[in-house]
Formats: sequence, structure tokens, C-alpha cells
Amino acid sequence: MMLNSPVNDLQVTHRQRLWLYAIAFLALFFLVAPIAIVFPISFSDSRFLSFPPDGYSLRWYRHYFGSSEWMAATWVSLRISVGACFLAGVLGVAAAYAIHQMGNRFGRWVEVTMLLPLMVPLIITAIGVFFVYAELGLIHTVPGLVLSHTMLTIPFVIVTARSGLKSFDMNQEKAARSLGASRLRAFIDVTLPQIRGSVIAGMIFAFIYALDEVVVALFISGGPNSTLTKRMFTALRDEIEPTIAAISSILIVFSLLVVLLGILLGGGRKAQVSK
Amino acid sequence: MQAQVTNLAALRRAALTEKATFLALMLPALSIVLILLLLPLVWLAWYSLFHPEPTLAHYQRIFSDTAYSSSFRTTFEISFLVTGLAILIGYPLCYFLAQLPPRLAIFGLFLVLVPFWTSLLVRTYAWMVLLQRRGPINEFLVNTGIIDAPLRLMNNFTGTVIGMLHIMLPFLILPLYATMKKIDFDFMKAAGSLGAHPIRAFWTVYFPLSMPGLIAGSLLVFVLCLGFYVTPELLGGGRVVMASMLIQRNVELYFEWGSASSVAIVLLFIIAIIFYVLNRFLAIERVFGGR
Repeated sequence: MMLNSPVNDLQVTHRQRLWLYAIAFLALFFLVAPIAIVFPISFSDSRFLSFPPDGYSLRWYRHYFGSSEWMAATWVSLRISVGACFLAGVLGVAAAYAIHQMGNRFGRWVEVTMLLPLMVPLIITAIGVFFVYAELGLIHTVPGLVLSHTMLTIPFVIVTARSGLKSFDMNQEKAARSLGASRLRAFIDVTLPQIRGSVIAGMIFAFIYALDEVVVALFISGGPNSTLTKRMFTALRDEIEPTIAAISSILIVFSLLVVLLGILLGGGRKAQVSK
Repeated sequence: MQAQVTNLAALRRAALTEKATFLALMLPALSIVLILLLLPLVWLAWYSLFHPEPTLAHYQRIFSDTAYSSSFRTTFEISFLVTGLAILIGYPLCYFLAQLPPRLAIFGLFLVLVPFWTSLLVRTYAWMVLLQRRGPINEFLVNTGIIDAPLRLMNNFTGTVIGMLHIMLPFLILPLYATMKKIDFDFMKAAGSLGAHPIRAFWTVYFPLSMPGLIAGSLLVFVLCLGFYVTPELLGGGRVVMASMLIQRNVELYFEWGSASSVAIVLLFIIAIIFYVLNRFLAIERVFGGR
């Protein structure tokens, strides 16, 4: 509620705050503009990157969808993200429930331990997983990738499911159990529907994070089981070509659609604050 | 009397079963994290001291070998610079967003969340396009006559900082905005009605109240910068070697697990201290969005 004309010199006018508006506007521009330029480039018709492009075509989209390598990598990425999302969802909710019910020091320690994947730098996690997988023979395999990405995304589900449980009245579950429902039944019929939004938000995070994850995938994916991000990273290190712009545009739209889907399914409020 | 004893036994049994159930429920998730993350960390720590024989050479190298010490210096320089710039840009933006009417604020927050939700590689790619020698930024600057020849914006320190700043900014904005949203703006009016100049009211009333969010956000950004790999690798073009790249190169190119592990352990140690401090301002799960 700023004023156009001040009554005394202690009041701030819009004009005096122009600098604030300018910084805020520039900051928002800085955040969004780089992402916006990806779209026009993806429709460029030349190999050379010029912005704005001289002519438009679907050439790079055709190149992406026509390349068996890119398609295979996309398929691997989708499989591991879906796998990690559901595995992290189930294991994360189970763990969050147990931590919440225990509510003691031990539970708190377990919780902090399971948040470690968010705190340890990915490059260190990556060489660690690489070492374990070298022993277990899981390098360059899809199950290995699903497991590693489950580990990376469990914290998101735990954080969101925990915050859902904190605002849920556990007495409802007790009531169901006193009426004869088993713990599992009571959880599925009474508790889960009421923390659904938080769980979905956590799983959406898990999915998108697994889809975007680069560093661990660089170390443990490869050959026919290279992820999309590994191929993109390698392509970017060698040369920048517009195929990446086409893939990027698809990824941006896809991620936003997934987030939107999450909001529609009831995970919206939580999705805004987490990650 | 007899009934009471059996009751007590039954209750104790039920409590035990309950404990066992909870343990069983957390076990799968916990064991994945233990086996895939904690176990290798212990192994890395062991390697850094005992590979190939008991030695402190791997740690000495970090201080004596200029390639290592300068890499750590670069890592800290970049992390401080990115955190500082993020505060300079992020604080005014949050201050502005926190005072907007709800509808506009949601739109502004949406603009912050779009890059947040966008793939890291996609954003790095966008900056590679923007910052290249004949990219839009250089072309604009040359065409408008601000500069004569294209600037080197990429494959160096500058490009790395710009790209990382873009990735990190939302991590500062989101916790800071959440804190500012809870500050009652009437405090500022109260300060004003008591005769405080707006600038003074801001520094003595508003700013201290926003400190928890600012500290949490900037420590988070700083920590993420310290271990960042993807963006500095691509935008630094091999000329900016951060600690994360020392680790990657030692493992992938030279198979020097000893050197890689000591760098990793030192990095982890620094990060652990920062998270410990951070935990005093904000419960650790809240840093990552929990309540």
C-alpha cells in the first residue's frame, strides 16, 4: 500500500521505490528469459545457432524422434524415473509413517540419515554408488539405476509425507483400529487418503528429480542403458547443436505438465514449497 | 491380581510388536541409504587414509599440490561470489514479492518456480547458447555499440558464475520468501508512526526478522555451490576446476581413488559443519521444504 504522494517525509512513495521494482523485474527476467529462448532455437532451420533464428523448421524435432539412440535414452530415463518414483513413494511413505509413529530420538536420527542424499554433494554420492555397483555388477543396468535414484529421491517423499502426517490427527487411525481394522487397513482407508496431497507432491518431485539427475547417471549408466541426461551432457560437452534445444523444449513442457498433473491430483499446495 | 499380570505381559508384548513393526517399515528405505550412501562414505574415508598403505599423503597433497589448493580456492571464491550475488538479487525480489497482493505474488512466485522445475541441463544449455562468442548477448552488445568486439563470457570464471547464479537463485528465494511472508508489515508502519525513517525502520525492524530465512537460504546456496559439478563443468569449459571436478577426474581419468577420496572427505567435512550451523537456525528437514 504505497502512496503516490506522501503526507510527510516518513512515507514512501512508488517513485522512491522504483529501484526496487526495477531490481525485482530484472531478477524475474533473469530467471525466466534464458528458459524462454530455448523454444525459438528448437524450431530453427539451421545448424548454426543464431538468435532469433533466420528460418523455422521442425528439423531438430524430426532428428530427435528419428534417432534410435536418443529414443533409447529417453526410454531408459522414463523407465528409471517411473520406477524410482513408485519405489521411493512406497518405501518413503512406510518410513515416514514409522518415524512419525515412533516420535522419539531414534526416529529423529533415522529421519536425518534418510535426508543425507540431499546433503551429500551428488559427485560424492556418484562415486560411492559407482564403487558399490562395481562390486555388485550393477553398473550400466536399469535395476541399478532405479535403486540409486530411489535412494536419491526417498528424502523428498519423507519430507512431504512427514509434513502431511504432522497435520493429520492420528486419533482417527486409532479409532479405526479400535473398531477392528488392522493397522494396514486403517492406514490405507483412513490415513493415506488424508495425506494424499503430500505423498503425491513428494512422488512428483521424485519423478522429476530422477528424470533430471545427471551426475550419478554419468557414472553408473552407459552403453545401451545410457540415460537421456547422460547423452545430453556428453553432447553438450562436445558441441552445441539444436537437437538439444528440441529435447529441452520437450522436457520443459513435459515437466510443467507433470507438475500441473500433481497440482490437479491434490499435491499443489505442498509442491510449491518443497525441493 | 493374576489378570493384571497377564494384562501387563500382553501390553508389553504389544509394545514390542509395535516397535518391531515400525523398524520393519523403515528398514527398506534405511538400508538403501545405508548401503548406497553411508557405506561408500565410510569406505572413502578409509581409502583416503589407508590406500595403498597408511598415509596422510592424500591430505597433504590438498595443501602442497598447487593444482589442488588452487582448485579449493576457486571453489570457495565461486561459492562466495554466487551466494553474495544471489543475496543481492534475491533479497530485493523477495521483499518486493512479499508485499504484492496475493494474486500478483503467486504469479511472481510462479516465475521463480518455472526455472526451479526446469531441468538443470536445459538451463545450463540455455546459458551456453546465450553466452557463446556469437550468442545473443554478445550480438546485442556489439550491435548497440556498447562494446567493439565480442566478450569472452563462456568457458571461464564469468560464465560459470552466471550459470550457477541462475541455478541457485530459487534456493535462496524460496526459504527467504517463506520467512518474509510471515513478517507482519504493520511492524514497519508502527516503526514509522514512532518516527523512524523508512530506511531505519527497515534495518532495525524488518531485516532482523527476515534473518532466519536469509541465513538458511544463503547457507543452502553456499553448500550446493561447494559440491556443484554439472554447470561449472559445462560453462567453465575445463578452465575452471572446482573441487567436484577434481573428484570426477581423479576417478574417471586417472583412477586415483586415494586423491579423489581425500578431496571428497574434506569437502564433506566442510559441508557437515555448515549443515550443523544451519540446523541451529532451522530444523534440517525444513531447509528442504518440510514443516
